[in-house]
Amino acid sequence: MDLALSEEQRMVQQMVRDFAQKEIAPLIKESDRSGQMNPLVLARMAELGILGMCLPVRYGGQGMDYISLGLACEELEVVDSTLRVVISVHVGLNSLGLFQWASEEQKQRFLAPQARGEKIACFGLTESGAGSDVANIQSSARRQGNAYILNGEKMWISLATKAQNCLWIGRTNPAAQEPHESLSAFLVELDRPGVKVGDLHGKLGMRAGSTGWIAMQDVHVPEENRIGEEGEGFKIAMACLDNGRYTVAAGATGLIRACLEASVRYAQERHAFGKEIGKFQLIQQKIATMVQSYEAARLLYLWAGWLKNQGLRNTRETSLAKWFSTEASFQAASEAIQVHGAYGYSDEYDVERYLRNAKGAVIYEGTSEIHQLMQAGYALGYRKDAALRCELPAYDAAFWQNP
Amino acid sequence: MMSAKILVYIDQVKGKALPASWEVIGAAHALAEKLGGEVATIVLGADAKPVAEQSFHFGAAAAFYCDDPSLADYRAEPYADVLVKAAREQGAEVLLFPTTTRGREQAAMSSIDLGSGVIPDVTALEVSDGKIVATRPVYAGRLISKAVCDAKPQVITTRVRAFKAPEANAAKTGTPVALQAVRPEGEIRTKVTGYSLAEGGVSLTDANVIVSGGRGVSNNPALTPPAGLDEKAAEIWRAQEGFKIIGELASVLKAAVGASRAAVDAGYIPYAHQVGQTGKLVAPDLYIACGISGAIQHQAGMRSSKVIVAINKDAEAPIFRLARYGVVGDLFEILPALAVVLRKRLGK
Amino acid sequence: MNIVVCIKQVPDSAAKMAVEGGQISWGEAPLVLNPWDEFAIEAALQLIEAGGGDLTVVSVGGESAKEALKTALAMGCTQAILVSDPALQGADSQASAHLLAGVIKKVGNVEAAFFGKQAIDGDMGVTAAQTARLLGWPMLGLVASIKVEGGKLQVEKSLEEGRQVVECQLPAVVSVSKDIGEPRYPSFMGIRKASRATIPTWDLAEVGIGAPTSVVHWPEVLNPPVREVKTEIITGGSAQEIAEKLADKILEEKVL
Repeated sequence: MDLALSEEQRMVQQMVRDFAQKEIAPLIKESDRSGQMNPLVLARMAELGILGMCLPVRYGGQGMDYISLGLACEELEVVDSTLRVVISVHVGLNSLGLFQWASEEQKQRFLAPQARGEKIACFGLTESGAGSDVANIQSSARRQGNAYILNGEKMWISLATKAQNCLWIGRTNPAAQEPHESLSAFLVELDRPGVKVGDLHGKLGMRAGSTGWIAMQDVHVPEENRIGEEGEGFKIAMACLDNGRYTVAAGATGLIRACLEASVRYAQERHAFGKEIGKFQLIQQKIATMVQSYEAARLLYLWAGWLKNQGLRNTRETSLAKWFSTEASFQAASEAIQVHGAYGYSDEYDVERYLRNAKGAVIYEGTSEIHQLMQAGYALGYRKDAALRCELPAYDAAFWQNP
Repeated sequence: MMSAKILVYIDQVKGKALPASWEVIGAAHALAEKLGGEVATIVLGADAKPVAEQSFHFGAAAAFYCDDPSLADYRAEPYADVLVKAAREQGAEVLLFPTTTRGREQAAMSSIDLGSGVIPDVTALEVSDGKIVATRPVYAGRLISKAVCDAKPQVITTRVRAFKAPEANAAKTGTPVALQAVRPEGEIRTKVTGYSLAEGGVSLTDANVIVSGGRGVSNNPALTPPAGLDEKAAEIWRAQEGFKIIGELASVLKAAVGASRAAVDAGYIPYAHQVGQTGKLVAPDLYIACGISGAIQHQAGMRSSKVIVAINKDAEAPIFRLARYGVVGDLFEILPALAVVLRKRLGK
Repeated sequence: MNIVVCIKQVPDSAAKMAVEGGQISWGEAPLVLNPWDEFAIEAALQLIEAGGGDLTVVSVGGESAKEALKTALAMGCTQAILVSDPALQGADSQASAHLLAGVIKKVGNVEAAFFGKQAIDGDMGVTAAQTARLLGWPMLGLVASIKVEGGKLQVEKSLEEGRQVVECQLPAVVSVSKDIGEPRYPSFMGIRKASRATIPTWDLAEVGIGAPTSVVHWPEVLNPPVREVKTEIITGGSAQEIAEKLADKILEEKVL
């Protein structure tokens, strides 16, 4: 088992790190304070090809593998979680969902422009009354001839007001026996008549990003926009989450690293009782725990990424990585503030922003509680992953890197 | 015509030598004492002759110059041609240059023609067993090396301000010797078609010297604000007057102007000048903190400065623990006095 | 236009350098593409993009220098060459210049050779000018802007007193300053190409020259003296007196 990163992966990691540190880091505090996403973020990520980095060239992407995707997410979140959220929704939830389930024609029509960064993508699953309880979503998609009429309001949607495309889940079959079989997935262009979007403010964290709502009122979409078969919506949503969660896990790893680096720096600068505070054992304990969390989180997401590269089902491993890393990053951020003392409590330093951002990640993309149920289910044999009609394609450099 | 053992390249523009050039003569005299021989200078370009005459004031035994029209604008090749010919004819055993753009370039090129090597940016010179040992920083000063060159002549450039210029003595005079250009204009493959001014203002992160102001900058009781200003506006007016004083010292030192968060938050100066945790991280050779208390988040931005000078009324201000030199006093008196003294000492 | 850009692999600028047992060490810090060389690559790429041609990136070093060459390829260089030979150990700048002049001649049809301002290990900043002199090409140092017009280079180069606007016949040697603009990131396509590239290694025989002699050596390298920050408070009877004393101290520190 070779744990070393390939040359390509290292170069990707360095490139994303340089971009995030040099261009975006100086702007982040301002965005976080004002609650406005800086337009440079999406524009530059699109320009640099980051929005399509792990998709085949023939679908407008850059042909990199899933581990590169994880590495990029780690580097982005070191600067701010909202940068990684762009990848989570645009790449993880939407684009990779299309890559897995869409027809060839749909891939050319929807996926390629997204991969090229010409269209921004988001994911419409959650509603104000349905988060963990996905099967209970109320949005409907009523068939009418060759089209569907979509109704319903999605909430807590990242990039709602920035995106052109939304991978949207709604109920096509209210009469289905199993609620899990009543849903279908659609790629909805958000400029269709009847679509309204808006921003949500007042969040504890993720303020440098964009979170909003999407309301559909009698929105017509042709059946060519339906992704997969009728009734596959739940399975598709879950498969999308496998990829979204992966980016969250990788990102949270970066957040732990940011907490660790900030704490080490401060512990070496700040003096108390005649020495630098890094000499005191209780500070050392906090830093040691952050190191442990970081290394474990990193291995967990790399493993999930490796499985994806092999084309192997990784729902369990991805869920484990997400659960572990996000909880660990919240703890790391809390301890990082403690290391900084009163200065940690002030937005003069970054660590308070890490804590506010970290809390979001233990809620979205599957709450920690949901992941615990999943892990117990696997361990107790109550939960097994059945084969899917469409699996996430394995990484194939030759196929992906040639037009 | 004596045989010059040490030839010093005097870098000049429009008849004025760059001050670093006279420092090189100082280094040359020190070497001449140890190695024997004499110090001569060479000056190239338009208005070279008066500068060559000045060399005698600084103790040169001979001076050479060339003010041929082909040398009017600096171009590396024709300059190097004249320099190399003179060095050969004079049998120079040591060529010394200031580490200016021209100096480094000329040293590099002449070392090739003369079949030797070049040791640039030297901070100290010793003679050991008749050989020159040059001290120079490497890895951006993280390490210090001692360098030697096996070949002759020794070609060395000295770091600016590392050596002392001798006192000028106008009583020492001499006649400089005119040199001919070597390369005809038709064989020179570059043409200078114009000049543009150096960019004004020094970027904070690139600056070698920074003068920073803090909240104390608005505390000048001797000032009376113009009528009609409310308290806050008056405070800002006072602060801007204070930053003018900082700006004056900065311009004498060719420094950038920085500020603490307190000064920026209070509206005294724009955020672009802020040094600190929220703001820019700087590591200049010299950081002068005026009226800045030096709380940890400011320290985070400037603690890597090579030499820190603090001027503050409050003897207990944390900045003093970080500073190499401190003055507990009134910045509104100290800074103007410092600007005057340094302006004189730096020859401006 | 056919350009050669000469790069070096050096210890990262954040590395803690130390001399341990007579050996220079940079601890765990990575070796990176010399930051000044990135500006040279950027400038050369801009010319190639504007007028077509090939950009060959060359580095003298050991096997690890291939990483720096790959970064340059990923930025967009057309091809890379590693020059490596045991006889090149400890080469000084003029030996390197002899070597690079030989390499540039061997590459053939080269119209310009680009260099960064200096390598951040030796901090010499002379190799470009020495290479120019050996090739007999004009030297354009510290170029802030560059373009090709009518088969000639039009540059702005920096001097202490300002910038010169210069027109120069090809071929020429150029060293590039930061003013050229931010170097680009490697593109994903560049990264793919670079990781697949095979980089030939030329030894002295391949270059076609004998081993150049080095004449400048560093027989001794030391850790800088540890500076204990002992704060010295300057006092005096008047602002004038204090200013004089403070000025003395500042000038003694040789930071101005």
